[in-house]
Amino acid sequence: MNAGPPHWRLAPNLAIRPFPLASPSPMQPVISVKNLSKTYASGFQALKDINLEIGKGEIFALLGPNGAGKTTLISIICGIVTPSSGSVTVDGHDIITDYRAARAEIGLVPQELTADMFENVWSTVSFSRGLWGKWDNPAYIEKVLKDLSLWDKKDDKLMTLSGGMKRRVLIAKALAHEPTILFLDEPTAGVDVELRQGMWQAVRALRDAGVTIILTTHYIHEAEDMADRIGVINKGELILVEDKAELMHKLGKKQLTLQLHQALDKVPAELASHHLALANGGSELIYTYDTQGPRTGITGLLTDLSAAGIRFKDLDTTQSSLEDIFVDLVRQDRQ
Amino acid sequence: MNINLPAIRAIYKFEMARWGRTFLQSIVSPVIATSLYFVVFGAAIGSRITEIDGISYGAFIVPGLIMLTLLTQSVANASFGIYFPRFTGTIYELLSAPISPFEIVVGYVGAAATKSILLGLVILGTAWFFVPLEIAHPWWMVGFLVLTAVTFSLLGFVIGLWADGFEQLQLVPLLIITPLTFLGGTFYSIDILPPVWQTVSLFNPVVYLVSGFRWSFFEIADVGVGISVAMTLFFLCVCLVAVWWIFKTGYRLKS
Repeated sequence: MNAGPPHWRLAPNLAIRPFPLASPSPMQPVISVKNLSKTYASGFQALKDINLEIGKGEIFALLGPNGAGKTTLISIICGIVTPSSGSVTVDGHDIITDYRAARAEIGLVPQELTADMFENVWSTVSFSRGLWGKWDNPAYIEKVLKDLSLWDKKDDKLMTLSGGMKRRVLIAKALAHEPTILFLDEPTAGVDVELRQGMWQAVRALRDAGVTIILTTHYIHEAEDMADRIGVINKGELILVEDKAELMHKLGKKQLTLQLHQALDKVPAELASHHLALANGGSELIYTYDTQGPRTGITGLLTDLSAAGIRFKDLDTTQSSLEDIFVDLVRQDRQ
Repeated sequence: MNINLPAIRAIYKFEMARWGRTFLQSIVSPVIATSLYFVVFGAAIGSRITEIDGISYGAFIVPGLIMLTLLTQSVANASFGIYFPRFTGTIYELLSAPISPFEIVVGYVGAAATKSILLGLVILGTAWFFVPLEIAHPWWMVGFLVLTAVTFSLLGFVIGLWADGFEQLQLVPLLIITPLTFLGGTFYSIDILPPVWQTVSLFNPVVYLVSGFRWSFFEIADVGVGISVAMTLFFLCVCLVAVWWIFKTGYRLKS
């Protein structure tokens, strides 16, 4: 993606670093991470002083490039990785000293397709329910499998299922004990479009049922569609946590593209104050404006264009996506 | 005390189901192997060996053969049971579930011990086809069977947690357990060894297991029964400490 034009900057209150604390969750926090750091035995520091609160019933999307620390953060909260320092509470229960109560609330869908390939769907999902301390409930397991379109596969061995099906089995396993918090670590990796949409429908239904959902995804448009709040993590640091709509509003830029009747060699001097850019061999003029500003400046631009005798045959506006914002954030953090 | 019973049951059931899926390998092959031992050692070689302490050679080797199966199967079942989730990555479920190390051990070791005890009884049943048997102290026999199965299942569990590949998983059973079992008086009384080797044999923990177990059958033993029980319990404690340390430190489990 091209860097933003000179006048487009991060809003001052969203300066990348230092970013002392995540913005407070609007809802009652169900997960509270305080000063969490993790250094592996190799010396690699995967997480640096993370502070984060996740509200009850929200969908929180954790974004970051590969190796940013997303999975380490999730793994610590779920009890798979030991933190080096800091604390985490889940629904008020410390994940170390009160791990039973904390873990009982959580369901985890891991990034890797790890499953007992020789087991059938029904038994592996029932196994997960038992591990989380719940006695058999065939009616509930049946509902989970039906919701995930796995019912007709219940007697099939996992090794015979497609990648997308296996992914859904992992979701069914995570839901088998009726968790109130669900972690989805790259849940749609390797899943085809149709299945992916079905999966997100299921996730929305869970959120509607009051389940808190924390997801990581490489498909940023999914976060854009699904999430209530966004967290961006890079090199082990949480560089931003923001309400998604607020983030799009604050950091989103809008572009007006004018298709000209006659191509220009350069932007006329009398239009310099509008910071225009030429594109497509001079046949398009691009004007980027701040969605937050009191005035967009479009009226003034059109007036000046008319005064300069520049005519256009069509116009189009586009708004930056979360992906654009994410890439810019990470790039600025690197600099 | 708060115990996650459904989790213990889930692990136990899962492990027993895995055993059922590999019925031929799990039950039929040890029975065939034991039958071969009877044919070779009991009938072919045994017919040329005089009685040992008034017991026919065929009968004498029965407790040793049961122990041989018990030790190897306990180690194999328990080590594979916990190593396989580590290998496939499904260990994440055990680590993220609200389950204590104690409950994990009870589930896996309980299942492994159950399998090897059942196998031990199947071997005993097979032996009855070949030699007439009378068990002098059946409750002691069952006691030794259970204690040994649990102890060596714990050892297998430790090996399964320690192993970093299938080769390592096979290493301890092949290079340590099997030789110690063969040299532990399975097929002979250590009294028939030269004095030096008798002393060396006393450093072999399997000698105490086989001796105690054989005593429960025929009231003959290489070492005192009390010492056999004490040594078995000592070995059980060593394995328990090793498992406790692994879960406390997260060795090979957590990063």
